[in-house]
Amino acid sequence: MPYIGSSVKRKEDLRLLRGIGKYVGDIYRHGMAHAAVLRSPHAHARIVQIDTADARKLPGVIGVLTAADMPTLKTIPMRTGLIPGLERSQQTPIATDTVRYVGDPVAVLVAENRYIAEDALEAIEIGYAALDAVIDARQSMRPGAPQLHAAVPNNVAASFQVNVGDVETSFSQCDLIIEERFSTQRHAAVPLENRGLVAEWDEGRGLLTVWGPTKMTHTNWRILSELIDLPQSSIRFIEPDVGGGFGARGEFYPEDFLIPFAARHFRRPICWIEDRSENLKALNQSRQQDYRVKIGVKNDGTIAAMDAEILFDMGGYTRTHGGVPAIAASAMLRGPLRLKNYRAQVHCVLTNKTPVGTYRSPGRYEANFVRERLVDMIARRLRLDPAAVRRKNLIRRDEMPYDLGKHPFHYMVYDTGDFIAQLDRALERFGYGQYRALAATAKREGRALGIGIGCFVETSGIGPWEYARVEIDNAGKVVLYSGCNSLGQGIATALSQIVADELQCSIDDVRVVHGDTGTVPFGNGSNASRSTVMAGSAALGASRKVKDKLLQLASAHLEIAAGDLLLQDGRVAARGAPERALSFADLARLALPGPALKIGIKPGISEEDFFATDKRPFPYGVHVAAVEVDKETGTIKILDYLVTEDVGRKINPMIIEGQMAGGLAQGIGGALLEEFVYSEDGQPLSTNFMDYLLPTAMEMPRAQLISTEEFPSPHNPLGVKGAGEGGITAAGAALANAVSDALGVEVTKLPLKPDYVLELVRKSSSER
Amino acid sequence: MSTRQICVTVNGRQYSGAVEPRRLLTDFLRDDLGLTGTHVGCEHGVCGACTVVFNGEPVRACLLFAVQANGASIKTIEGLAPNPDELHPLQEKFWQLHGLQCGFCTPGILLTAEALLKEIPHPSQDQIREWISGNLCRCTGYLNIISAIEEAAKVLRANNP
Repeated sequence: MPYIGSSVKRKEDLRLLRGIGKYVGDIYRHGMAHAAVLRSPHAHARIVQIDTADARKLPGVIGVLTAADMPTLKTIPMRTGLIPGLERSQQTPIATDTVRYVGDPVAVLVAENRYIAEDALEAIEIGYAALDAVIDARQSMRPGAPQLHAAVPNNVAASFQVNVGDVETSFSQCDLIIEERFSTQRHAAVPLENRGLVAEWDEGRGLLTVWGPTKMTHTNWRILSELIDLPQSSIRFIEPDVGGGFGARGEFYPEDFLIPFAARHFRRPICWIEDRSENLKALNQSRQQDYRVKIGVKNDGTIAAMDAEILFDMGGYTRTHGGVPAIAASAMLRGPLRLKNYRAQVHCVLTNKTPVGTYRSPGRYEANFVRERLVDMIARRLRLDPAAVRRKNLIRRDEMPYDLGKHPFHYMVYDTGDFIAQLDRALERFGYGQYRALAATAKREGRALGIGIGCFVETSGIGPWEYARVEIDNAGKVVLYSGCNSLGQGIATALSQIVADELQCSIDDVRVVHGDTGTVPFGNGSNASRSTVMAGSAALGASRKVKDKLLQLASAHLEIAAGDLLLQDGRVAARGAPERALSFADLARLALPGPALKIGIKPGISEEDFFATDKRPFPYGVHVAAVEVDKETGTIKILDYLVTEDVGRKINPMIIEGQMAGGLAQGIGGALLEEFVYSEDGQPLSTNFMDYLLPTAMEMPRAQLISTEEFPSPHNPLGVKGAGEGGITAAGAALANAVSDALGVEVTKLPLKPDYVLELVRKSSSER
Repeated sequence: MSTRQICVTVNGRQYSGAVEPRRLLTDFLRDDLGLTGTHVGCEHGVCGACTVVFNGEPVRACLLFAVQANGASIKTIEGLAPNPDELHPLQEKFWQLHGLQCGFCTPGILLTAEALLKEIPHPSQDQIREWISGNLCRCTGYLNIISAIEEAAKVLRANNP
């Protein structure tokens, strides 16, 4: 029975269930010291003076580092999302003369233990000259606003335009034009494990080892090498168990330079583990976007043109992923709609807040909210059913592959899919008709019940390449060395399934090694739902080469043509004569240099493969929500929820469903609960879990999570589309549509917290 | 800072040590005793990742000082499985039903669930949700956790009729 397509139990789980996993905070090195980072308490200020003398004198303090100790400080480069202009607002790993957000690192203190380190931070004296801060993107762009970076006029870090078709002509031919403003709030990935690193400098061998890097291990390896002036062969990154990422963990942060630098400087292994209040100020935040959209429609509901201005709030600096949320939002704003006339003007604006990064379905969560709200607005204005308007405008199956037109920074050709069939499936399985009737009954009783739909197209499987090496060891065990990373998503299990199927061995005999630069020479990491597609395809390619080598070795020794041999149960056997066989262990012995060289075969069983592509597969689907709004308290109860997503091909259905469920919980958090609030002068006000509310088991509704594999992608040998983000991506859209439906008033911003909902309730009753 | 001598039983084994009064129980368990299965997610008592069983009750180890554990009997995740070759039914069901992804919240949730099933052997879904509402999970969306606890409850009831 093949492993692919089967919900095998995860190989990662046993150690995690027993509490014997090794996260970065569980790593202890002999003589290890602890670092604490002193962060700016001001949102915008000039550093006038730093005095570390008192701190350095405290018992147990090993030393303090500031910019003065780092003469060749360079800015942290972008690895993607390079919109021209963004390079002017990048961040040095430590502040030199100016701080631009509360949390900006100013000093690193190292002490014998974390308690002393945190206490001693208070003894560091920093003189700041406070500057005016600006926290609103639109205000930040205006002349006269405080300037964050000398090289960036009006705080617009970068701008770009997307222009497809002819929006002006199309608008002139439309029967109805709707203009609206939308906004989504700042929130973030907030994984349960805080960030951390352990860095150790072996002075004798000139080797720097860093535990903790994940997500983009090899990219970060190269970045550190350049920033710290050590060749990559003198640096080893080792990925431990990781407590979630969702886009925010694993980018190259200031600490990714500071901690290794400190380890070399003080010649002690150094551990840095942030605490939660630090995490909520220093981890990449996301999702804050402001839209002005104009949409043109014909009376029959055909959507003809869309013109959008998107403001992307960057925070104080440009980080490693550049302008990805802005790029993705502007690329995917049309989603599954057939819209030949589209223009978007995008501005990436700096503000005195924590810098921004990618968070699961970056830009798309926001864009889906905007577009799906507009579709429902159109439906209401034209008195059409929201599902009917979608059916009219969704790209049809026979129009695939569908080219959305050029975007300066994003691949734009949808590969395969039937959006309408997926919508019909979603509505039928949800019981859309019955819920509509229920909502009507509830309204007559004075209760506010509503249904909302959110259609989406997700992007996944980004290239440009991924690396795999498959080896067989002396015991016949298979080892896959993969360029991907694990943040808890179960990729090691999925890859084992692929390899075990190809080599016809037990999944228990496959080990997956990832995130270790000492044994994996190349990799592009795990982000953007790419790993099953890219790492999986590379693993398949390497496995096929290993299969060929096994057949070659077996053929030479059994004196049977390779075509008459097959792989079965961890052995190579003759077709029809299974007793004439060699186990993988036998073949590994025959591949040793002695015997192999004698017969002119390259020793060892070790094959590499790179899978490369410049295309992307696009998973797609639908969210449907039924909610009841409590008109007295403004709270929202989610009565029922459904997500359906076509993922091309399922490697492990249970893991895919798990991704959908986890994504949905985060999507609900983003729609109803989570928000980073700042005071007018840039002070973060959401710095603990009592203020920043993560969804608990109480907030998660019952939900149908349906993954289908109707339209494999033609862009990779597995046919897979990445399934990491479908669960979150249209939750804001569906819930906002449901609330709008319940109250008969248009929601134009997230989050739907009680105070905003009560505002909508009041508006709703005044409009009756 | 001066230290106090404490003696604590953890997973049936006695440990003693000298600790500063301000030393958190989480740091004592993880750093002094090397039992790193108890995780630290927030250090202000909200996320539940640090949950251990303290004299029979689930508690937040991040909100306790090690000195408060003097003379106490503590169970951590390392003490949940009956032996190195077997799993507790909760662990078995979490494995079967994909009740964990990154695993960071898992020790706290397992110990909370064990306490739940001791008090309510046949919990409803609502009771399960409420009992684990003090444990944050950012990965799973909770649905599989709830199912796993339900299924483990069945096994435990069958084993202890």
